[in-house]
Amino acid sequence: MQLVLERRAERSTVVAIASPLIAIALTLVTIGILFAIIGKSPIEALRVYFVEPLTDPYPFFLQQEIAVKATPLVMIAVGLSLCYIANIWNIGAEGQFLVGAVCGSWLAVKTNGTDVGHWVLPVMLILGALGGAIYGLIPALCRVYFGASEILTSLMLVYVANLGLDYMVRGPWRDPHGLNFPTTAAFDPAASIGTLFEGPGRLHAGSIIALVVVMLGAVMLGRTLMGFQIRLVGAAPRAARFSGFDTNKLVLFTFAVSGALAGLAGIVEVAGPIGHLDPGVASGYGFTAIIVAFLGRLNPIGILFAGLFLALTFIGGEGAQIALKVPLDLTKVFQGILLFYVLACDSLIAYRVRLLRTARKVAPANA
Amino acid sequence: MLDATPQAGSLRSEPLLSAISISKRYGDFLANDGIDLDLFPAEIHALLGENGAGKSTLVKIMYGLIQPSGGELRWMGRKVVLSGPSEARKLGIGMVFQHFTLFENLTVAENVALGLPPSESFAAISERLEETARVYGLPLDPKREVWRLSVGERQRIEIVRALLQNPKLLILDEPTSVLTPQEADLLFVVLGRLKSEGRGILYISHKLDEVKRLCDTATILRGGKKVATCDPRQETAASLARMMVGGEIGEVKSASRGSMVQPRLIVHRLSLAPDDPHGTYLEDVSLEVCGGEIVGIAGVSGNGQDELFSALSGERLAPAQGAVVIDGNAAGLLDVTERRRMGAAFVPEERLGHGTAPRMKLSENALLTGHAASGMVKKGFIDKPATLAHVDRTTKSFDVRKAKRDPEAVSLSGGNLQKFIVGREILREPGVLVVSQPTWGVDAGAAAVIRQALIDLAGRGTAVLVISQDLDELAEIADRIAVMFHGRLSAPLNAAEATREKLGLMMGGARPERAVEDQEAKHAIGA
Repeated sequence: MQLVLERRAERSTVVAIASPLIAIALTLVTIGILFAIIGKSPIEALRVYFVEPLTDPYPFFLQQEIAVKATPLVMIAVGLSLCYIANIWNIGAEGQFLVGAVCGSWLAVKTNGTDVGHWVLPVMLILGALGGAIYGLIPALCRVYFGASEILTSLMLVYVANLGLDYMVRGPWRDPHGLNFPTTAAFDPAASIGTLFEGPGRLHAGSIIALVVVMLGAVMLGRTLMGFQIRLVGAAPRAARFSGFDTNKLVLFTFAVSGALAGLAGIVEVAGPIGHLDPGVASGYGFTAIIVAFLGRLNPIGILFAGLFLALTFIGGEGAQIALKVPLDLTKVFQGILLFYVLACDSLIAYRVRLLRTARKVAPANA
Repeated sequence: MLDATPQAGSLRSEPLLSAISISKRYGDFLANDGIDLDLFPAEIHALLGENGAGKSTLVKIMYGLIQPSGGELRWMGRKVVLSGPSEARKLGIGMVFQHFTLFENLTVAENVALGLPPSESFAAISERLEETARVYGLPLDPKREVWRLSVGERQRIEIVRALLQNPKLLILDEPTSVLTPQEADLLFVVLGRLKSEGRGILYISHKLDEVKRLCDTATILRGGKKVATCDPRQETAASLARMMVGGEIGEVKSASRGSMVQPRLIVHRLSLAPDDPHGTYLEDVSLEVCGGEIVGIAGVSGNGQDELFSALSGERLAPAQGAVVIDGNAAGLLDVTERRRMGAAFVPEERLGHGTAPRMKLSENALLTGHAASGMVKKGFIDKPATLAHVDRTTKSFDVRKAKRDPEAVSLSGGNLQKFIVGREILREPGVLVVSQPTWGVDAGAAAVIRQALIDLAGRGTAVLVISQDLDELAEIADRIAVMFHGRLSAPLNAAEATREKLGLMMGGARPERAVEDQEAKHAIGA
């Protein structure tokens, strides 16, 4: 008996839609087994992870937390999907996220306590997006002019950004009244994004920005010449060249846009739920967003749902820490397994699995 | 060399390989529908049919590459199930593919050794290779790297590789599609010799005169079914074509030409290094194409045609602005989009992946070349109805057959997709059209439509440049024909004086003025 992958004559649309769902189901089974191994009831664990956050009663604190977590993930993942569709590999969204957070925070720190007006927050958002875009352009320019692999350079620049953030909050921007903790002073109200509802919930206007980003992303990919270009370069590079599109310009464009969105997500996160800049801002959203982008099938609407699902695993994971006494790292394991299954299931779209009954060797495809 | 006793065609012995009611189903589509076929020793059997008729599926089943959904194969009277090509080879079936499966950076001997069982030493294989090549008059240097070889020489490797297994039945898939007429003649001598040794040959082709000349029996497929088995020597080319197509093929009519004075496309002393290390240098290529005429560029593939096409289209830029002039505008340093805006249009050789994005819809593929200058894009937004309208117009004018209004490009048959691609460009009424292999791998009906469209376009005053390996095609439509060899372009000959033989010699590297009488040149091709 033997399993073989057989290329399908046509890509299966049914499987294309079902593949993320299959991946989620397989992840749940695997994680259930993991819980059983460490001696917890899988059913109880899955209930804590997936049901409790969704059934939290009024004032819907946990539901709001899910939206808060999903906001940066969705914003970053929409940008990343543009790159990935075009076969351009920006792995450094985490760095662009941090640089955006730092650049936007600069204004918040400089105007702290001065009460200069309501223009501060919009300018912070613009600075964050700009910072992220410029930081994203570094690996793009290295690829275009020196042929450097954008996968490596974008990834390595994450660590540079991380150290930069560390320096700023431990050095020049450290809050003089902060008891030597590495953090800036809390942002003024004019430099903060307020919550949308009264009460303990933290849902903020950044989530609305994320929804707008999803819609703009969907329109751009589906309706504009630029979106067509991105899809064409990914689907058939030679045809794209014949079409007259310049891949190098596209590398710069997609890196700038995904960098800007990651940077915007960074400053929204700092000006919103966190309220100040500290090293804890580097929480891995930029990496988790890669999973979100693929789980959402590189489609902005799909990414919205994928972002909410991943956020659910975060919130559920925190609940599990308390209720089941399992380490938070289990959530990371969870997400890693999910990405693995998502990518594995993707091959089912182009291939079908067949069981060969005889135990003979498979003949080579070509003579 | 062979244990089967040679048999004369008339004294038919037992068939070598019999296909009995072979069917192959892909989903709802029947690629082969109850096909019967008997292949005898010492017989050259032609398998004729348009693209999509089911020829490739049938031979892949006979070579064990795919399994039939119904029917059975019998090898010398015994029922066999071929689970893979190695089993087919064990029985004595060899195959030469249309697309070669060779490693460019390895030598001839290394390539051959890779296809053989590892029990034999490399030295022994090299020796046997040289011996076989010599016996059959297929000269090959075992130590040469494949990338240095011409297409004809590469085909020899494939044939010798198959012969080393001493097959009783040899299957050849469109073997002459890549050869010069002289190289094809050489191949026919080899095939005649294999036949006289008692081997059976299955010869897949759509070139009717070749089949009439070479083959003892012909089986014709249409739409997955067998239409007839006949003696091609008793048929006319027209009657064979009727059986293949199932109807009459329209004759291509030449249109009255406009004035042929103003050159609309000028290539001036273009030299260009290839960006692929195995590519061809373009050396000092000059050419003028006037409005109203069709100029053909003949040549064996790999002599710089691809490089010339990308230099003309702007996918690669020329070294100087003046090297390419489109309608009076120097365009050598301009990109594809800017050249299209000047009224130029291009049809590349590869339909899938170059001319179209296979997995994208036709409307998006209309946008692929139409975004520059066809009103399909308004302020950066795609006007979807406009792209669909372009698809509809192309469909109507060029009889593109498809299952729905806007399918993915890959779902169309080769001929229909080519009609779409050519139609997409012609409907824009270009001033200059450069088209590479316009009817390569296209069925006869679609080829006639495309050639007629090119002639009509030239009749309306467009300068048309056709790069083609098909000399019959060029003879049919071109006013002047130039030949490409090793990156150089000959001076064009008028169509009337460009005989097959003359062009064939020039394709092999002979100079045009000495081509006819020069017997040395003929040897050069043979060697």
